[in-house]
Amino acid sequence: MNGLQRGSAAIVGVAESDLGAVAQDMSPIDLMAQGIHRALADCGLGLRDVDGLVCATAQSRTSGLALVEYLGISPAYIDTTILGGSSFMFHVAHAQAALQLGLCKVAVIAYGSTQRTIGRRHASVREYNPYETPFRPFLPSTAYALAASRHMHRYGTMREQLAAVAVAAREWALLNPAAWEKKPLTIAEVLSARMISYPFTVRDCCLVTDGGGAVIMTTSERARSLKKAPVYVLGCGQAITHANISSMPDLTVTGALPSGRAAYAMAGLGANDIDVVELYDAFTINTILFLEDLGFCAKGEGGSFVESGRIAPKGSLPVNTNGGGLSYCHPGMYGLFLLIEATRQLRGECGARQVAGCETAIAHGNGGVLSSQSTVILGTQGTV
Amino acid sequence: MGRMEESPLAVYQAHLEKGELAYQWSPEARKAVFYPRVICPFTGIDRLEWRLSAGLGTVYATTVVHPAREGDPYNVALIDCDEGFRLMSRVEDIPPEAVRIGMRVKFRVHRPGSDDPPYPVFVPAEGA
Repeated sequence: MNGLQRGSAAIVGVAESDLGAVAQDMSPIDLMAQGIHRALADCGLGLRDVDGLVCATAQSRTSGLALVEYLGISPAYIDTTILGGSSFMFHVAHAQAALQLGLCKVAVIAYGSTQRTIGRRHASVREYNPYETPFRPFLPSTAYALAASRHMHRYGTMREQLAAVAVAAREWALLNPAAWEKKPLTIAEVLSARMISYPFTVRDCCLVTDGGGAVIMTTSERARSLKKAPVYVLGCGQAITHANISSMPDLTVTGALPSGRAAYAMAGLGANDIDVVELYDAFTINTILFLEDLGFCAKGEGGSFVESGRIAPKGSLPVNTNGGGLSYCHPGMYGLFLLIEATRQLRGECGARQVAGCETAIAHGNGGVLSSQSTVILGTQGTV
Repeated sequence: MGRMEESPLAVYQAHLEKGELAYQWSPEARKAVFYPRVICPFTGIDRLEWRLSAGLGTVYATTVVHPAREGDPYNVALIDCDEGFRLMSRVEDIPPEAVRIGMRVKFRVHRPGSDDPPYPVFVPAEGA
């Protein structure tokens, strides 16, 4: 992103709030505050150090107001950009810009959702669209299913290959104690699960859980004096191609292509240089589309790329090592969790699922119906 | 730009009431614009002409939605109209799973009844 300097800011603290099914009557702001408390403990800072506040949730129109009041702070910099699940990747770029300019010294990015306990319909109310709503698309699933139909038609992608994405995610989830899903999954089970919007069964679709968390960022100078090894922001990119699926130019090519290009250009890296890949897998087709558009395989070859365990544990490319939105956690706007997992991998904190020798990571967020794409490339001290 | 006496949506729906599928044309961009707007997304200019579609198109993408509780599975499709615009719709008169990408289709107006406005659906049009 033009103006952002590679490595000028770093992620220094990360934490999830309670996940899965949280206590009755917890609010999204409760979960944000819990995530912030834990993430500050992770880096050894306190709430009084925070002078930049960045947050988003689908459950509060003015979450910035609510969170300022709740925390009892008066931040010098505030940003509540909301662009769907990729919001938090946009937030990293915005926080980096604010830190570079000296608008704040410590920025917190927070998220909270109780969509499982209150029901998805209440957590994320769909806007009426006179050009789409009469046809009763089951959104977002139907939009992604339309993209999958196009990929299958154009490139011969098969349902078994989509299912392989869900199976790989599950295998990673079984290595993550925080993951929602605890049982193994087979290709046959994905294919025979309840159909949602063809070609997707319920196992091609992300979980519906509660959850939240926080990411703490500061300048790279300040980062070096804190508790844990800093994780530097090497590259950021973003692209918005449409809002509604009927306006997406080509359903087989996403804004991850320009978003990824911008992030790689800023980082001075390419797909071959990335050690761990965290992609927004709201649906199985997402992983295939983003592997292609971010340059991990050629356009159209995503299906065959994933079909033989290449992205599963012990495969050659570690993808969605926390178990992903498909098997770990998906509270509606999942992007923050990609940043948390990428940071933990770069710190070497991931236990059974740790990728050996992890120096660089890509965290790619998706929002709306393949609408907003935002890419963050992170690296260890050795990469700066 | 002066005051709009009629919204783009109202004009579009008035055409549907008459059984017509209307879209906008940007003379500067020489491109169709859909959904209807007050300015052209290609040029930013506020001159958009209304045109009537011949109602012929091709299925661009298709899915079958399976309702969780009650009701039969139904089709949702994206249709590329021959004039160069795309819209969400469904293909009727055939089973939802028989709808194929590349299939030629023809517009017909669907009137849902009560106070709901009419909307465009499509039916197979072999050889059209």
